[in-house]
Amino acid sequence: MKFGVVVFPGSNCDHDCYHVLKHVLQKDTDFVWHKDRDISKYDCIVLPGGFSYGDYLRTGAIAQFSPVMENVYKHAERGKLVIGICNGFQILLEAGLLPGAMLRNRSLKFICKFVDLKVETTNTPFTRKAKKGEILNIPIAHGEGNYFADEETLFELKKNDQIVVKYTENPNGSLEDIAGICNFKRNVFGLMPHPERASEKELGSTDGLKIFQSIVESLN
Amino acid sequence: MTTQTLEITPDIISKHGITPSEYGEIKNILGRAPNLTELGIFSVMWSEHCSYKNSKNALKLLPKDGKRMLVKAGEENAGVVDIGDGYVIAFKVESHNHPSAIEPFQGAATGVGGILRDIFTMGARPIVAMNSLRFGKLDPRFREDDTKNVIPADAGISTKRLFAGVVSGIAHYGNCFGVPTIGGEVYFDESYEGNPLVNAFALGLAKKEEIVKAKAEGLGNPVFYLGASTGRDGMGGASFASKDLTEESEKDRPAVQVGDPFMEKLLLEAVLELLKSGSVVGIQDMGAAGLTCSTCETASRGDVGIEIDVAKVPQREIGMAPYEIMLSESQERMLVIIQKGKEHIAKQIFKKWDLHAEEIGFVTGDGLMRVKENGVTVAEIPAKRLADDAPLYTREEREPAYYKKAQAFDVSSLGSAGDLNAVLLKLLDSPTIASKQWVYEQYDHMVRTNTTVLPGSDASVVRVKGTNKSLAISLDCNSTYCYLDPYEGGKIAVAESARNVVCSGARPLSISNCLNFGNPHNPEIFWQLKKCIEGIRDACLAFDTPVSGGNVSLYNQNPQGAVDPTPVIAMVGLLEGREPVTSFFKKEGDVIILLGTNRQELGGSEFLKTIFNVKSGKAPHLDLKEASDLIELMLKLSEKNFLKSAHDCAEGGLAVALAESCIIAKGKELGASVKVGAASLTQEALLFGESQSRIVISVDAAHLKEVENLIQSFAFKYEVIGKVAGCELKINELIQVPVPVLSHTWRNAITGRMSATHE
Repeated sequence: MKFGVVVFPGSNCDHDCYHVLKHVLQKDTDFVWHKDRDISKYDCIVLPGGFSYGDYLRTGAIAQFSPVMENVYKHAERGKLVIGICNGFQILLEAGLLPGAMLRNRSLKFICKFVDLKVETTNTPFTRKAKKGEILNIPIAHGEGNYFADEETLFELKKNDQIVVKYTENPNGSLEDIAGICNFKRNVFGLMPHPERASEKELGSTDGLKIFQSIVESLN
Repeated sequence: MTTQTLEITPDIISKHGITPSEYGEIKNILGRAPNLTELGIFSVMWSEHCSYKNSKNALKLLPKDGKRMLVKAGEENAGVVDIGDGYVIAFKVESHNHPSAIEPFQGAATGVGGILRDIFTMGARPIVAMNSLRFGKLDPRFREDDTKNVIPADAGISTKRLFAGVVSGIAHYGNCFGVPTIGGEVYFDESYEGNPLVNAFALGLAKKEEIVKAKAEGLGNPVFYLGASTGRDGMGGASFASKDLTEESEKDRPAVQVGDPFMEKLLLEAVLELLKSGSVVGIQDMGAAGLTCSTCETASRGDVGIEIDVAKVPQREIGMAPYEIMLSESQERMLVIIQKGKEHIAKQIFKKWDLHAEEIGFVTGDGLMRVKENGVTVAEIPAKRLADDAPLYTREEREPAYYKKAQAFDVSSLGSAGDLNAVLLKLLDSPTIASKQWVYEQYDHMVRTNTTVLPGSDASVVRVKGTNKSLAISLDCNSTYCYLDPYEGGKIAVAESARNVVCSGARPLSISNCLNFGNPHNPEIFWQLKKCIEGIRDACLAFDTPVSGGNVSLYNQNPQGAVDPTPVIAMVGLLEGREPVTSFFKKEGDVIILLGTNRQELGGSEFLKTIFNVKSGKAPHLDLKEASDLIELMLKLSEKNFLKSAHDCAEGGLAVALAESCIIAKGKELGASVKVGAASLTQEALLFGESQSRIVISVDAAHLKEVENLIQSFAFKYEVIGKVAGCELKINELIQVPVPVLSHTWRNAITGRMSATHE
């Protein structure tokens, strides 16, 4: 089982994801430079948070054209796992690997705080170790986390049980309190909250570990 | 006429902030008259911002030695402190006041950028950012118009604009860069109206052997320019920061730089990789005075010369003169001296990170800073004389007239404050005391997953991964005390920051300071500066916390006068092998103890300012022996794991400290029932007096006996004052307020004001 944490210029949660996978869960993990093309040896690709390319155009808009992304598509097509956290989620939306788009937070301000998430489905490789309806206490830290999708997309998301986690108290104006969704094939997951920031007792919560442990169990 | 041939008139000299005697010295150094480029170079290097010419003599009073100090103050970009097990930290606090007054967003953002570069050019990865922010009053002031209608004056509104702009600028830069901004302080007082203070702090972590020097060495070694291209932004920013703010200052807007945190993030990663590659001889960021400062300082430190050709400098605008290129303060740029023969290693790393890197010159043996343009020499100055021989002034000092008046002020003449519950709520609603959640929620304070005590406690705490160590940091200064009594105020700023750090269980190690004062040519201002420094010195000696570095910001004046003297202290403490202690009560039934002595001290208090709108009286007295004993006692209590919570008594006194201990933890608020001996104190002094060296702790009832024994063994004054209990805060027969009311008032004070709109 091998994890690859992609490093875009401007990624800044890359070290944090690496730390949890490598040191907390003791799994084989590499950093993957965004100019690398071969990612065939990885079972799960992590697109970490940060401000890829400064996010000056639109969050995630430039990162989708990074050389590595070509093979992230193929990796996903083959049914291998991809998790995008925060900026990683935004990149997955821009890349079309997940449906919908991000708007600026309703307050127009960056928000960093712990929030409660409700697990909407455990039928994904990313939440299988959680219980349906379970509350996970995990921080958010973003300026553009206000998820939006058209009615048709929302209908599909609901119909196919693709809404994975919701906020219990909507912090950013996100449609239907959506905090994270998966694709139709359920192997690509994007979420705004940062599970890697809630994976050690010293940091105030270990609820985020459930997500990483679910991935590990799926790959076993 | 080109800049090279322009005649240097007395008018041009004076516009560069150079005095006639300084001009004489320049001619003396050069052996001839300078050309305009050279004059510009001298003007920025000899500005207060770069040379400390007005403050250096006074700064010599500060203690810089200590067994943990590896790089002492003034030797490099930032001081370096040994934290053991092969790890070192580099940290510094620096001002960006003037730019933030003119353009709050970019001014604050580039302040963060500058301090981060100072840290990572030393080879340390920044792991913490904090800041100390000061603004005018947040509430709009009212005035009467011609028809006697009361209408809002502009002040409160412009303060809100500055406050919101500064906070979002800091958030923009720090969040994108990926350093957690874990807190600091925000203080509101009318003396900062129109001249806000924005002091940015950063701390970096490195292995001992990874620290590098900003030094040029080795004849013929190539000099590289790295990072963003040079534009006309920030022209002469160092000189701009060294004069008073006036109505005209708006016109200086081009002197405010524009920041690009993404570029800085690339620079960080590239520089750290570069330093690990072993190809670097010396490196310095281009901060104040840009290319000028980085070339002459690296040359001076290495006792060599540097020759550069400005035509090779990447430029973002057409037709820039050498004068402009040398003085530009465009952000996110570095000067790197590479070992000859290893250029290819460096170039490969620049390429990996898609960064501009140009070879612009080389190290020479003649000690000169030689600037050419397309091979033609346009400036030639002895580097050492330029960097190190700025004139030093000892300014005249005089005790201000207000000092004796304030000392003699009789607080009892003010009469009754009325309902004490209402007073407590009013204090919790004071923006200086109230929750700063509105601020720190805009900062990513968790990135890098080290923040173990989130903003809101006395000190913020980060762990050092891979060790059993944590660092606790607090930024403090009560500028009202410093105004009323600069010596006591200086001592108290150090003591309060030490108390905050020790409340988390950490031992205070070392400070960095940022001295924000008015115009030093005013003898009364210089007196404030000198007295504050003496106070800081005495406290640092008493606590064995040497000064690792810092920054001086003078000329903080607006048309109404100078800001209150504000020596901001950033105290760094070390915690080993234990979990940090937080400020809030943990459990019903825990016993509350007050460490320290309540005295009849209301002078300079937030109580007087908020309730009576009076800034007068004697500042509280700080007994250094008592303050040191308290630190040692707290460390012992923490070592024995007795502390469930610990919170310093500061602005608002005991009543506010108790209230905050009840409400800081959102969703986990608890009540308290307290009886405290009043002795001969007035009710107001007991509740709201700001006597120093007091800490409210809570301990498990089962440990009470042991805790009391321990405190008694230190012969430290204490009183068991009550229990964590109920859903009210009760103090004697004086205060009784439901906790949700306290919490709501404290939590919404700033948010409410910032969301209110004004026409």
